[in-house]
Amino acid sequence: MSQADHTAILALPGLASGSSAAPARRVRVFGPRALLALSWLAPLLLVAVWEILAQTGYVTPQVLPAPSKVVRTAWRLATTGSLLNDLGTSLLRAAVGFAIGGSIAFALGILVGFSRLAEALIDRSVQMVRAIPFLALLPLVIVWFGVGEGQKIFLVALGVAFPIYINTTLGIRQVDGKLLELGRVQGLTTAQMITRIILPGALPSILTGVRYSLATAWLALVVAETIGAQAGIGFLAMDAREFLRTDVVVLTIVIYALIGVVADSIARLLERRLLAWHPNFSGAAR
Amino acid sequence: MSAALQDAPAAVRVSGLRRAYGSRVVIDRLDLTIRRGEFVALLGESGCGKTTLLRALAGLDPIDGGRIEAPKRPAVVFQEPRLLPWDSLWRNVALGLLAEGARDKAAAALAEVGLGGRLDDWPRNLSGGQAQRVALGRALVQQPELLLLDEPFAALDALTRIRMHVLVKDLVARHRPGVLLVTHDVVEAIALADRILVMRGGAIAAEHRPSAPGQPAATRAILLAELGVVDDLRSA
Repeated sequence: MSQADHTAILALPGLASGSSAAPARRVRVFGPRALLALSWLAPLLLVAVWEILAQTGYVTPQVLPAPSKVVRTAWRLATTGSLLNDLGTSLLRAAVGFAIGGSIAFALGILVGFSRLAEALIDRSVQMVRAIPFLALLPLVIVWFGVGEGQKIFLVALGVAFPIYINTTLGIRQVDGKLLELGRVQGLTTAQMITRIILPGALPSILTGVRYSLATAWLALVVAETIGAQAGIGFLAMDAREFLRTDVVVLTIVIYALIGVVADSIARLLERRLLAWHPNFSGAAR
Repeated sequence: MSAALQDAPAAVRVSGLRRAYGSRVVIDRLDLTIRRGEFVALLGESGCGKTTLLRALAGLDPIDGGRIEAPKRPAVVFQEPRLLPWDSLWRNVALGLLAEGARDKAAAALAEVGLGGRLDDWPRNLSGGQAQRVALGRALVQQPELLLLDEPFAALDALTRIRMHVLVKDLVARHRPGVLLVTHDVVEAIALADRILVMRGGAIAAEHRPSAPGQPAATRAILLAELGVVDDLRSA
């Protein structure tokens, strides 16, 4: 879009007849494929510039190591060091925290979504706790659990819980009342109402919650692992910091990013598979 | 009404029905009987209480007085098809059926409404008319004694609407439920109904039998007049 704006401005001083044709031709030069290629070329170029600056010594390795150095470090740590072990530890913490926090939040969300009584009893308290940035609880969590696995899993579970809880209740509340009425007319039992109409209707919202919660799970893990960990990606980063090994630090950052991308892709895949019927998701494959 | 219809058992019997929203009385001392196999159309201006009556008969809204003797589960077709977008067509039609033989029954119903080959298709692939036909199939697969139609063709284009009229008339003749059709469309009422009721002031104000001796055209003019519409184009 900025390309088109740009050419339009450039074309303004020209003749009236020429200026109307020029932007159209320019836009055609950058077709959708070219734009896609460009969108990948730009970050690659950035990495190349970074590599050159690091190789020529304009940026010292202590500030930012060359990308090639980071790749070599990754290979070395993966083959001879503890990288895979640390990665496994981190993923396990995320998975356990996600499972615990997610299932509790999902159960509470369903309860509150269905029952006005449960909403009166539970919802306000949850919303109050939600107002706390969950990372602000960190000192208290350390007092409760120490700096062991419990603290890390608790923090992840807490971060995961709110997006799933909120989107589950929201999804259930937003189920089309006309379809609920239809269910009554067709004589569905309460169990059938839930399985045939309410849960499928709430699913898009629930999956949105899952996607958000994957992001917060990761954030929680990064913070939790920087404190008193004996293994894990965060431990690797803190350990490397002690020895000014910026190549390892950058590597851990890249790993966090990659896992975030993978988690998001999994969530998208889930959406496409489970929401094949939904016009907003079925067409959005990319 | 033919002698056979006269003797048919009642599909629904309403007496002294009353329904009010706060102080506003929408239905007041309304009496109505529809027999099995009888097609009744209910006309009336917007807000006259026709949909309220239908919802009361469907058991969707409470009533404030009077009696309704209706089958436990009347079938309803709404103005919108109300298909479950996440279920295939046959699962939509089978909604509320017992699992045993549900697919076969749904297949038969879909065939009856002209969508026999599309059991596993999705609602989003249907046109408005096709979706409404699925809704009709879903209503009829329950073998209802009473079929309630709440302006089911209002959102369809004119040609599709005429095709639906033919289909509905055919289906009703075959399954013979008692039918209450709520509509704004005088021509539709004349085309389909054995008996046309005009509702005003919360009660039945007039009753017509278009198939009785006399011209349907006259009935149209009379009905329009009763609905407060002067058909200038035709009278000019």
